[in-house]
Amino acid sequence: MKFLTRFGLYLLFLYACFRKPDKWRMFWKAFFNEIYKMGNDSFPIVGIISIFIGAVTVIQFGSQLQGSLVPMTILGRIVRDANILEFSPTIVALVMAGKIGSNIASEIGTMKVSEQIDALEIMGVNAASYVALPKILASLFAIPALVICSMFLSNIGGAISCFFSEMVTVDTYIQGLRMDFNGFFVTHALTKAFVSSFLISTISAYNGYRTEGGALEVGAASTMAVVQSCLAIIFFDYILTQLMLY
Amino acid sequence: MIVLKNISKSFDGRPVLKEVSATFEKGKCSFVIGASGGGKSVLMKSMVGLITPDSGVIDFDGRDFLQLEYSEKKELRQEIGMLFQGGALFDSLSVEDNVAFPLQMFTEKSKSEIQERVNFCLNRVKLDKVNKLFPSNISGGMKKRVGIARAIAMNPKYLFCDEPNSGLDPLTSRVIDELIVEITEEYSITTIINSHDIKSVFDMGDHIVFIYQGQQLWEGNKSALGNSGVAELEAFIAASKF
Repeated sequence: MKFLTRFGLYLLFLYACFRKPDKWRMFWKAFFNEIYKMGNDSFPIVGIISIFIGAVTVIQFGSQLQGSLVPMTILGRIVRDANILEFSPTIVALVMAGKIGSNIASEIGTMKVSEQIDALEIMGVNAASYVALPKILASLFAIPALVICSMFLSNIGGAISCFFSEMVTVDTYIQGLRMDFNGFFVTHALTKAFVSSFLISTISAYNGYRTEGGALEVGAASTMAVVQSCLAIIFFDYILTQLMLY
Repeated sequence: MIVLKNISKSFDGRPVLKEVSATFEKGKCSFVIGASGGGKSVLMKSMVGLITPDSGVIDFDGRDFLQLEYSEKKELRQEIGMLFQGGALFDSLSVEDNVAFPLQMFTEKSKSEIQERVNFCLNRVKLDKVNKLFPSNISGGMKKRVGIARAIAMNPKYLFCDEPNSGLDPLTSRVIDELIVEITEEYSITTIINSHDIKSVFDMGDHIVFIYQGQQLWEGNKSALGNSGVAELEAFIAASKF
């Protein structure tokens, strides 16, 4: 029952968010500012994680394949598909839930407990739309863009790993990367990235917007936003994979 | 003028406001006084639309706030200015951007016109050389003054002040009180102040409403405050010992 009540409140929050902004000029300004903040601030961590994921994947699959009759060119293909289909969209989404999600929840939560949201409402501003909509829409651009970067970087990470491990030559690895490429996998990954972005930003904004109390509650809202976003990401990851790949 | 008729509000079955009625006139500083937890903040939040009362009428110069459509409420809210206890300034905006915010949001004024109005409002609250500072870089008293500047930026008809003196030293409190009175008289605003500060009530209160445990026990002017005949109000004043 409590879950249904919260879900209903979440839907009402979304309804308030997706109303026409009070002033388009201010909306666009906030929107581009959020895209820059999300993309620019998150790129280094996404880059580092992606390179290491690619590198580790090469070692893990390479060690399984060694000594088998399977040609080592398959390694590049396995790493590419694993990264595109699962590691890049899901792990980047989980990392973004921790970084962007907690940031959104704590920022909006602090505005709520310090009466800044009330000040907006009293002025006649649709506060939910003003504070959350630019973040939600910005995340729909920034996170998929980061996922695309992650796909490239994880494959580069794999090549770096090949270079240092001597498990397989870089040329063989690249030959595998170019083997039987299926463009639909990218569509699938980007669909997951869009859905994850929406879940992260809306769940986090909702948790921030419902905060009442003080600093302790802002922290709790931030934690709750990350936990709920992560659970929603892996749940929808399963659903989308079942729907699109099976 | 704002007229309240029989405002009631309960939270989880617990009554917080019980049939509160009062009239707040234009160009006057009206005070809502009472002990903490007595329902003052709920009453003020009901008047500005942050809380919807269970029953009653909130009349802003002939417009029943509770009966208005969403768009009409938005329009009415642009006539309301509010000074919050903690200032409620937007952390991410500089002082001048805070004051400019309602102008940018609701008017089609040019940048130079907005800047002119911002400078006027900041000068009016006796603040200068703080335009580019952020809320975290200014004192509590300054925050209140910026809050007043932001509240008057749109030339409001109604000004609500929630505990304007809380957390301020006596001198700064006096400055804030004087500013509120000056602005109320100068622009003929209907000003309503929530306060515990009996000194401010005697200094600037034209009209006083006493709330006790959600009920309005007394309403009148400050000259009658000393001999109200209401034991709870007399006890409240005596406890203040100013």
